[in-house]
Amino acid sequence: MSASGADRGLRGRTAVAGVGETTYYKRGQSTDPEFVLVVKAILAACEDAGINPREIDGFCSYSNDRNAPARLANALGLEELRYSNMQWGGGGGGAAAVVQNAASAVHAGSANVVVAYRGLAQGQFGRFGQGGRRPAVRGEFAYTLPYGVMSPAQMYAMRTTRLMWEHGIDRSTMRAVALAAYHHAQNNPRAVMYGRPLDAETYDSSRWITEPFRLYDCCLENDGGAAMIVTSAERAADLSDTPVLVLAAQQSGGHRSGAWVHNPTDYATSSFKLGAQHLYEQAGVTPDDVDVVQSYENFTGAVVMSLIEHGLCTYENANEVLTFENLRADGGSIPLNTSGGNLAECYMHGLGMQIEAVRQVRGDSTNQVPNVNVSLSNAGPMVEIASTAIYGTAEVLG
Amino acid sequence: MSSLAEGTYLPEGLTQPAPMRDGMDAPYWEGTHEHELRVQRCADCGTHQWGPDWVCHACQSLNVEWVTVEPTARIYSWQRVHHPVHPALADHGPYIVVLVELPHADNLRMLGNLLGDLMADIVIGSDVEAVFEDHDNGNPPYTLVHWQATRS
Repeated sequence: MSASGADRGLRGRTAVAGVGETTYYKRGQSTDPEFVLVVKAILAACEDAGINPREIDGFCSYSNDRNAPARLANALGLEELRYSNMQWGGGGGGAAAVVQNAASAVHAGSANVVVAYRGLAQGQFGRFGQGGRRPAVRGEFAYTLPYGVMSPAQMYAMRTTRLMWEHGIDRSTMRAVALAAYHHAQNNPRAVMYGRPLDAETYDSSRWITEPFRLYDCCLENDGGAAMIVTSAERAADLSDTPVLVLAAQQSGGHRSGAWVHNPTDYATSSFKLGAQHLYEQAGVTPDDVDVVQSYENFTGAVVMSLIEHGLCTYENANEVLTFENLRADGGSIPLNTSGGNLAECYMHGLGMQIEAVRQVRGDSTNQVPNVNVSLSNAGPMVEIASTAIYGTAEVLG
Repeated sequence: MSSLAEGTYLPEGLTQPAPMRDGMDAPYWEGTHEHELRVQRCADCGTHQWGPDWVCHACQSLNVEWVTVEPTARIYSWQRVHHPVHPALADHGPYIVVLVELPHADNLRMLGNLLGDLMADIVIGSDVEAVFEDHDNGNPPYTLVHWQATRS
């Protein structure tokens, strides 16, 4: 038995049989309530999979999603609810973990058809990043809010500054991440930034949010719903000739990653240094095998950290390797964020980027990379528990 | 070590800090009120710790004490915030946040504002000293800890 437990792992045991998304709206512009967005996404995923929604017997979500499994089960007419799960942690750190949790439940026999989902309607429930409005705060935030550190950008800017200082990461490398996302969004009609291209000059002259982040270094805020149907590899093979297997899915947090007031032992990290090793071991692949990458952009600097920590480039060559040309789906060596990602498609807390990774394996992305067998998608870099997953074809199993 | 001569670095109206109801970090806030910087140190293994916790993260001892440390540090990272996200900051303009490390306390990190020239080049590794900012009209009253370049 391996030390990591990879030989007991998920490799090829489960599959994503279907994916569903609502229209993606600008923040606050959904005409549907959040619950309806989630129901619509789940129904779309069931239709995509070719299954009856009443076959669902489990639900997994994250980031304190407000749409509870029991209410969804009522709405969908489920005869039996066998499994429900909420991934700990805020932000989008759970967007790949939710697939891990669903796949684990299926692999363990706890349920047969588990839906991983996320819904967001900020017009209904308020915006991210608006800071504390309470008169007084206790605990960790007592050490940050009174100093004007309250939005996600403010909470994570200093990690990026430290990365740039320790490793000489250039602003142009962060810019390449933004340009690639917007480039891909121009081919993706779902994308909120479809028809709104970004060039280097516009990026360079955009306003500071907080140094080192300019406007285009920061993710969008959106309304919408997204869902993925996870079932056994055997069932998925009955539903499709080319099932999309979950090759690996892993949560990742390093030593004291949740230490208060910016005190994780390792600071300038995406939190993937350990989890990425387990990910590749579980999947039985190496970074060289990865054909296409969805790397969660809360902020561009975090993507640079994530790609390095997933072994797709190094601290030393990141500035040379992570260029706009190399990150493009059309001919790049590391096709990145091919839907437009959180910067330009939609900020569905990263679940849209898991869905895009599945699409790349199926071959139906709007920015399709040729011959994809291994498709990586990570989530929530820099948060205390991040997560990462690899999807692939049966060919990878050999 | 010094006190802010007049006014406060950020305008009134931001969320104010208060000690935790379980008492865990009360010694820190009592210390700042007395213009002392107090952090945790494990009585068993001697490791300094921040943020506060009931347990020593190094040896898992529950015997964690509070000690007063020299209020000096060096800049570990920084940001200059331009986009306000709180109504109290809407017309305020940029401000600087620093993360500092205390080499004499196992390199623990603390966060505060950096006093001085708003548009100055900020150098990671440069020495700073604490500045205590009293908010006597808080409910409860509290004292923030800012940082400024060490005066030679």
